[in-house]
Amino acid sequence: MADFQSYSYDVLVIGAGGAGLRAAIEAAASGVKVGVVCKSLLGKAHTVMAEGGVAAALANVDDRDNWRVHFADTMRGGQYLNNWRMAELHAKEAPERVKELEAWGALFDRTKDGRILQRNFGGHRYPRLAHVGDRTGLEMIRTLQDHGIHTGMEVHMECTVLTLLLDGGRIAGAFGYNREKGNFILWSAKAVIIATGGIGRAFKITSNSWEYTGDGHALAYRAGAELLDMEFVQFHPTGMVWPISVRGILVTEGVRGEGGVLRNSEGRRFMFDDIPENYKSQTADTEEEGWRYTQGDKNARRPPELLTRDHVARCINREVKAGRGSPHGGVFLDIAWIKERLPNGADHIKRKLPSMYHQFKQLAEIDITQVPMEVGPTTHYMMGGVLVDGDSQASTVPGLYAAGEAAAGLHGANRLGGNSLSDLIVFGQRAGKYAAEYARNSAAAAIDDGQVNAAIATALSPLENSAAGENPYQIQYELQDFMQDLVGIVRTEEEMERALVSIEKLKTRAVRAGVPNTRHYNNGWHTAMDVPNMLDVSEAITRAALLRKESRGAQFREDYPDKDAEWGKYNIVIHRGSNGEMVVEKRPLRPMPEELKQVIEEMK
Amino acid sequence: MATQALFRIWRGDANGGAFQDYKTPVEEGMVVLDAIHRVQAEQAPDLAVRWNCKAGKCGSCSAEINGMPKLMCMTRLSELNLDMPVIVEPMHAFPSIRDLVTDVSWNFRVKKTIRKFKPRAPDAPDGTWRMQQVDVDRVQEFRKCIECFLCQDVCHVLREHHKHEEFIGPRFFVYAAALQMHPLDTDDRIDDLKNKHNMGYCNITTCCRQVCPEFITITENAIIPLKERVVDKFFDPLKKLFRIL
Repeated sequence: MADFQSYSYDVLVIGAGGAGLRAAIEAAASGVKVGVVCKSLLGKAHTVMAEGGVAAALANVDDRDNWRVHFADTMRGGQYLNNWRMAELHAKEAPERVKELEAWGALFDRTKDGRILQRNFGGHRYPRLAHVGDRTGLEMIRTLQDHGIHTGMEVHMECTVLTLLLDGGRIAGAFGYNREKGNFILWSAKAVIIATGGIGRAFKITSNSWEYTGDGHALAYRAGAELLDMEFVQFHPTGMVWPISVRGILVTEGVRGEGGVLRNSEGRRFMFDDIPENYKSQTADTEEEGWRYTQGDKNARRPPELLTRDHVARCINREVKAGRGSPHGGVFLDIAWIKERLPNGADHIKRKLPSMYHQFKQLAEIDITQVPMEVGPTTHYMMGGVLVDGDSQASTVPGLYAAGEAAAGLHGANRLGGNSLSDLIVFGQRAGKYAAEYARNSAAAAIDDGQVNAAIATALSPLENSAAGENPYQIQYELQDFMQDLVGIVRTEEEMERALVSIEKLKTRAVRAGVPNTRHYNNGWHTAMDVPNMLDVSEAITRAALLRKESRGAQFREDYPDKDAEWGKYNIVIHRGSNGEMVVEKRPLRPMPEELKQVIEEMK
Repeated sequence: MATQALFRIWRGDANGGAFQDYKTPVEEGMVVLDAIHRVQAEQAPDLAVRWNCKAGKCGSCSAEINGMPKLMCMTRLSELNLDMPVIVEPMHAFPSIRDLVTDVSWNFRVKKTIRKFKPRAPDAPDGTWRMQQVDVDRVQEFRKCIECFLCQDVCHVLREHHKHEEFIGPRFFVYAAALQMHPLDTDDRIDDLKNKHNMGYCNITTCCRQVCPEFITITENAIIPLKERVVDKFFDPLKKLFRIL
């Protein structure tokens, strides 16, 4: 018998960002035994990076807001491929979840009458984002963390799951290792919640940290779960482009929400030149109207900078390609100009966007209260993920749940800013509740030594290959390079076919990955074990993107540049075939109930 | 700017170690963490380093650079003299795990010993509260903390005197202050701060405040007001007199 530590839980949560922590809190509160595994230290997950805010129709700033408007905005943003049940639950429950954070100690910015302040954001009709300056994610994760540590959950920091264990068809637990010593760990669990976040590290330019290698997506896929909407990768329009070492780091949409404007090298506000038909009635006609909107004028419509992220990212891409970009290959994002309109404009910027001010000051030696920033698209968010039931977040594998970015459905073809933080707490809560319920009604599952031993053998092979093997960092870099070039913001069949060939080649090389032979906090070894997940996810993205022969939301096909109404009736679902091959298929959307259709009609 | 630089990186673990030199190409705009990554990818694949966001927001990549506690991701090479070797070592106040990674788990255990948030009853029938921005501002400063533990690293009570069992350090005075000064909180941590967490060991040298990458005014805004509350509660002669009477 191989050497490993063992733990046993009712519910095991993989991931300790907003969704994982919220799920763990909910499950623990219901009285079951909860374990949390996180790849980093507690409180460092990517939720901490979220800046702009959490979307919830609290109607504190504009009393015309309610769940129906939020639902319609989310569906419009997702180009109607969303799981409408999730969009409905999300819009209805987000306000409660946000208020709950306040009861746990979160301190949001306030309105004049002392309630939670809300700000404008792309694709949201009314000011809807509860926020704390531009560090809302930090506030949220710290609140959940500080509340969670007193609920009895056990946290396994700096541990990574390598495989999910199955008993017949159902979940039996997970197997992985800790980073510190490189020891193996078996977590038996009646139910497992995947809350591992995104996949950004499969691309070269990304706002995501090293952790986001699509672990949850790959674990679920290999355990037999279905994946949904994998073609939809969100490229956030505004990442830093210079210096090169910070390329991709996020510049919050809050900059545009506070009045920041995009200009090309000719000084033109190019976003006014291309406003999609279905947003025309909601978009400002003049720069003046757009400015009034950002300052809270309820009769004004939003400036085109606040159109959905997919659209803004493509417009920026077009300007750069047409030779109208900024010196370092982006465009200009100017917030300094608001000094013309606001007395104390510089102080206002520092107060509303303190992290952005420091980020540019320290990393680029640029004072954003004086000069424009240079920004360009960055791989930011994965709309696709584990296919789940809208109510319970159950995957197609019994006992396996998913929430947050690793789950799919809520955002359809494109996510609205602010809808991610609310996604985490709404569906984290639901996943925790239903996984605990499942665990209470289930007997313990059996652990299969064969699965454990296979996982150990795979994990040890890079050490056995030793430093003479393939450098895992090099494999990762090559993958990131061609995914960025061939399956990025603009896609064609020919390029994606080439990407598939390259992925197959890298799979062969990944087997030969080798690192110096120590298990003791060996980053090279960790990377070697992450690479197979990135390869599976990259293949899924590419195959789904190839099958969808149209442009919609985050997917832009140069060879099929238009939206195709027929494709609007389908999602793409991926699962592992009986011979280990990736099966990609079209699946018709579930028909939407009349009352929801009506809501969408009313809000058009 | 120089085209290459020498990085003198501490390699080792709890059993000891030594500095090793790595020469690596450098470019304009690079930060120390970039150079460490380059060394890791090209020369030392098993070099242990902890990092996440690379934007100064998560507080994972704390280290000592040329003797100063800093975030590696926020230290630009242009701030350093590259004619000399750049010395990178792990934080000293915590046990070594390996190379640049230290065992900071003590901090997570300490946090659990601080009495948790306990709000007053909601102000409005819908279960919400009313707070003015001006009352929230003070606590929002403390809640900017990214838990990088650089303040803990530089605190002499921990670093030199190793009072980890008796003393919670500046990070957790900031944490306690955020709870104690929270407009909604009803619990009291002043007894604990004096008796259990031994805040008296702090002699306000402001070292912690000077290294905070979030520019939290740790000493003046968090620790001193808490010390004043301790004094008010335990050492005010008039109050003492009233208690006797």
